[in-house]
Amino acid sequence: MERKIILENIEVEGIRFLNVYRKHGGYSSVEKALKTMTPDEVVNEVKLAGLRGRGGAGFPAGMKWSFIDKKSNKPHYLVCNADESEPGTFKDRYLMEHIPHRLIEGMICASYALEAHTAYIYVRGEYKYIVGILNEAIKECYQQGLLGENILGSHYDLDIYVHCGAGAYICGEETALLESLEGKRGNPRLKPPFPAVKGLYQSPTVVNNVETLSNIGWIVNNGGETFAKIGIGKSTGTKLISACGHINRPGVYEIELGLPVEEFLYSEQYCGGIKDGKELKAVIPGGSSVPILPKNLILNTLQGEKRLLSYESLAEGGFVSGSMLGSGGFIVYDEDDCIVRNTYNFSRFYHHESCGQCSPCREGTGWMDSVLYRLENGEGKMKDIDLLVNISSHIEGNTICPLGDAAAWPVAAAIRHFREEFEFHVTHPEIVRNIKHGSLAKYINN
Amino acid sequence: MSDKHFHHKLYVKKNIDVAFSPDTLRKVESILSHYPEDQKKSALIPVLQIAQEEFGGSLNVDIMDYVASLLNITPIEVYEVATFYSQFYLDPVGKYVIEVCQTGPCAICGGEDVLHYLEQKLKIKVGETTEDKLFTLKAVECLGACGSAPVMQVNTEFYEYLNLDKIDDILETLRKESALPKPEKQTWKERLS
Repeated sequence: MERKIILENIEVEGIRFLNVYRKHGGYSSVEKALKTMTPDEVVNEVKLAGLRGRGGAGFPAGMKWSFIDKKSNKPHYLVCNADESEPGTFKDRYLMEHIPHRLIEGMICASYALEAHTAYIYVRGEYKYIVGILNEAIKECYQQGLLGENILGSHYDLDIYVHCGAGAYICGEETALLESLEGKRGNPRLKPPFPAVKGLYQSPTVVNNVETLSNIGWIVNNGGETFAKIGIGKSTGTKLISACGHINRPGVYEIELGLPVEEFLYSEQYCGGIKDGKELKAVIPGGSSVPILPKNLILNTLQGEKRLLSYESLAEGGFVSGSMLGSGGFIVYDEDDCIVRNTYNFSRFYHHESCGQCSPCREGTGWMDSVLYRLENGEGKMKDIDLLVNISSHIEGNTICPLGDAAAWPVAAAIRHFREEFEFHVTHPEIVRNIKHGSLAKYINN
Repeated sequence: MSDKHFHHKLYVKKNIDVAFSPDTLRKVESILSHYPEDQKKSALIPVLQIAQEEFGGSLNVDIMDYVASLLNITPIEVYEVATFYSQFYLDPVGKYVIEVCQTGPCAICGGEDVLHYLEQKLKIKVGETTEDKLFTLKAVECLGACGSAPVMQVNTEFYEYLNLDKIDDILETLRKESALPKPEKQTWKERLS
């Protein structure tokens, strides 16, 4: 059954505007939370819901909230992470553009639960026009008493501000985001202390993704237990999947967690199959930083079970035969796509976006980038392939933030599953040099 | 890490007078009110964005020093930030900065062709500005619109589902627009209607 929580009423005309949004039940959760529940009760509902962070890491949101240091005499902050920069992921942009009040509603409930009186939405620099949309929506809320002092007569005060970044992927990492919000370079901080203890301005802070916060209104309205019944196992609720690459119907889809990958990929309701009637080659299921999986492993696990779109099922088999749900960026490759070129492309991305703070990441990403450039241009040697595996193993786990892992995993996984393509690049330099885009597949198969 | 880190293209100080208009200063004041009294530095990125837009599309040492004095922080704190984020330009740029996404999903859906076509069409290489100072071409990493790949951004405007014909039309329209006086900024409601 199709289930809609976040994208409910998305097709209603004018749902961007407060009056239309309220007509369709919007902000009822704010009334409920502020007037009938204590902050701890809201936290408890989110815990019961089993809602996992939708930004990529999948950490339980309710638990994150409960870490907040309530004894601290410093102000608490809620920060919405709208720095969506992971290649393949574009769901938050869609949410903020089409239904910004869903996010603000969730943020009011979340701020109340955290006893925060100031909240920030950190939007990536490339989404400047979305800043206008959010500011307009916030203005409407102030006009109707949903923000500001004494919200709906509940004696609770809250201000929400939008803060625009200036183009840095690393600012999606929560501590780098906080540094950036403080007006510094986006260098991730060492953890612990975690932001819940010392976050923005050294005060207790919770950083949540746009999609995570957009779920809160529904959970408050319908109860955590109802939410927990949706989905599968510990993957509760629905998830936005942003599908792109060589498929017939790219776009943002809300799925109930546990939907088989095969159904998502081939049914007309979602991706609609591979473009131009070609064969599926591989899929990156959770944004560019998670391991790529070839056709057989993305449709089925090694045990022969159907692979499902859930945190557990996608991770089954570890990194030997599994991947991760990550941020839900579903990138599909057809039979003609060159995996080496694609790996080089992502490697260049991570090299460009490394903040340069940790040596393994700063040096390692650049090293992988140049080795892959060699391979891609037909100048590589056989030992380069093992060199890449070696470099990636030395980056993984040795950096302050997960950008190092994000750079290492795709390279290691691509070589694990598509080693013959890398070898082909070494053994057939003249073909590689002459064909820049795509279609090496027919040469490799022959 | 951006290439900028290795070149340090901070423009040499020219000692020109830089100052915001009273209107802009009011805007800056309103931004400052978003942050605690003792955390004015938080406004650095938004204020630099305004400065870049108001003073010709790029930053130089004089502008950055002015921003530092405005926020009561040291100039080096501003240089640090300006050299870190890819949307701050330390070289002069044209009226329209064309940023073509070259990352994964865009690349496999034709982003590389878009970039090559623009190079031919504008007769410049990536990173350069046309002689008439109208267009600067940049290759950027993920613009976050992978579902409508290939994508490019001109100043703050997104152009999605690109093909070569569309690029011709876009360049043509921008050339015509550039001859007209600066248009009133559209609100987001007008843009999305």
